[in-house]
Amino acid sequence: MPNQGCRKRLSVSNKTVVQTQYVTFSDDITLKSGARLGPVTVAYETYGQLNTEKSNAILILHAFTGDAHAAFYHEGAKDPGWWDAMIGPGKAFDTNKYFFICPNVLGSCKGTTGPMSVDPKTAKPYGLTFPVITIEDMVDVQKHLLDHLGIKKLLSCAGGSMGGMQAMTWALRYPEMLHSSIVIAACHRHTAQQIAFHEVGRQAVMADPDWKGGNYYGTTVPASGLSLARMIGHITYMSWMSMEQKFGRKLRDKDKLGYDLSKDFEVQSYLEYRGKSFVDRFDANSYLYLTKAMDYFDLAEGRKLGEVFQDVKADLLVISFTSDWLYPSSQSQEMVRALKANDVDVSYVEIKSDYGHDAFLVEFEDQTRVISNYLAKVQKERVLGRNL
Amino acid sequence: MIRLDYEIIADIIEPGSKVLDLGCGDGELLSLLKQKKDCRGTGIEISPEEIFKCMERGVSVAQGSIDSDFDVYEDKRFDYVILNESLQQVLNIEKVLSESLRIGKKVIVGIPNFCDVRARFQLFFMGKVPVTESLPYKWYNTPNLRFLSLKDFRDFCFEKGINIEKACYLSEGRKVLWCTNLFADSGIFVLKRG
Repeated sequence: MPNQGCRKRLSVSNKTVVQTQYVTFSDDITLKSGARLGPVTVAYETYGQLNTEKSNAILILHAFTGDAHAAFYHEGAKDPGWWDAMIGPGKAFDTNKYFFICPNVLGSCKGTTGPMSVDPKTAKPYGLTFPVITIEDMVDVQKHLLDHLGIKKLLSCAGGSMGGMQAMTWALRYPEMLHSSIVIAACHRHTAQQIAFHEVGRQAVMADPDWKGGNYYGTTVPASGLSLARMIGHITYMSWMSMEQKFGRKLRDKDKLGYDLSKDFEVQSYLEYRGKSFVDRFDANSYLYLTKAMDYFDLAEGRKLGEVFQDVKADLLVISFTSDWLYPSSQSQEMVRALKANDVDVSYVEIKSDYGHDAFLVEFEDQTRVISNYLAKVQKERVLGRNL
Repeated sequence: MIRLDYEIIADIIEPGSKVLDLGCGDGELLSLLKQKKDCRGTGIEISPEEIFKCMERGVSVAQGSIDSDFDVYEDKRFDYVILNESLQQVLNIEKVLSESLRIGKKVIVGIPNFCDVRARFQLFFMGKVPVTESLPYKWYNTPNLRFLSLKDFRDFCFEKGINIEKACYLSEGRKVLWCTNLFADSGIFVLKRG
């Protein structure tokens, strides 16, 4: 039986320290493509206490380059987890009330099995022999994790961007296993524009001679390609307004324009910094596999979205942001309308923000107002069964 | 203290009804219907601040304009569609009402009276666009797009063949029983497709 309490302790600096845990499923899993993969290791963290009825569990689903470390601090770390502003005592996701599980997704490079992991059959990293995965496969692996933890029904699952795609997929794939789902800055299918941006990123990685058909492990990593891919991605995560406010036409270490091809503008150095620092924390092949997983994401697959949502049994909360042009509100609204058509209890909030797609990581005040109250409502109505 | 119009609407609605509140504001009415009448309700509201309040009250709400989602609902999806203090703020009244009557078995409309005695007094003797308790806005900041009297609304229903099943008239928190178009500052109508 796994430890279902929060593995944490207070360090000297008064920061709550947490550890990533690992579980390995030895049986092969069958992927959506039909390929088989195994064994699969899942990295995950938990926060808060699971109650005796096991009715307060919430699955936190991370975005593209996120990881299992959503909140609190790792030993000796300066920065907390990626959603620490949202998860903690008294926060939107209140660790005093609920039990949180945040797994790293399949195909990633942050502890869960992915292209960087060693294939036990060859004793070498999978590289491009790693099978292509989908959002559905990520969700299936998370289901294994919940079975392992003995959790039969989630109070909720929540995530932004790719995490939102997983949250929506959960509601369709395991309708009996959750009371509610919180889908933030996401969509029900990747559009041509979204695929196009990803394709440019992938081409940047694959054009790097250091990529070597994905067999770069133990040698030089395709740093320039991956860094360029991240720069492109980063532009799509910001908005016209947030870039204008942050950089405008500010010069970098210069009083006047250089009239040469060196870096004049602040925004140039910023993108370069973002790209370079990304190379240190992310695997290029994972970048290829995860972007492909998102590009394959299409809940309807040629059917009408309204028909697809017929089996949804969870309540839904959909959140979008006004300046998010990568996953625009119109895509969220499409989902909300299809859910309404199926009589699903759905709430939809469009939060005003200048931060573009990144808003789900930074606009925590408004999200807190919405999410904390929503979780209280779900718990009251669906778990305690009271209409109060 | 529950607002009288909310109390009247809650009295009209049968327990366990399925309700859609178009322009639900801060969700107080939906919350009341949930608690007192065990209703399954949902609202549409355009103001972000009001949406946050709805979430705080624990009611289901979707941000959007009143007429954004009619087409997703089949006929008679709801027992009641409520348009309380919101109909005068929409442009396409005829479409909103006919669609509401299609997706709801009954429609409850609450409207302010632009021609009650106080409004008429201000208009006639002061020569000014009226500002009263039920019409609290100035000409330059009013969200109201349509200016109608209770009589206008009754005439409209007659013309369009809409049945007024029940009507309640209020003034400053009390019911008004006679000369309603003169003394009532607002009216609540229960409508049914003719």
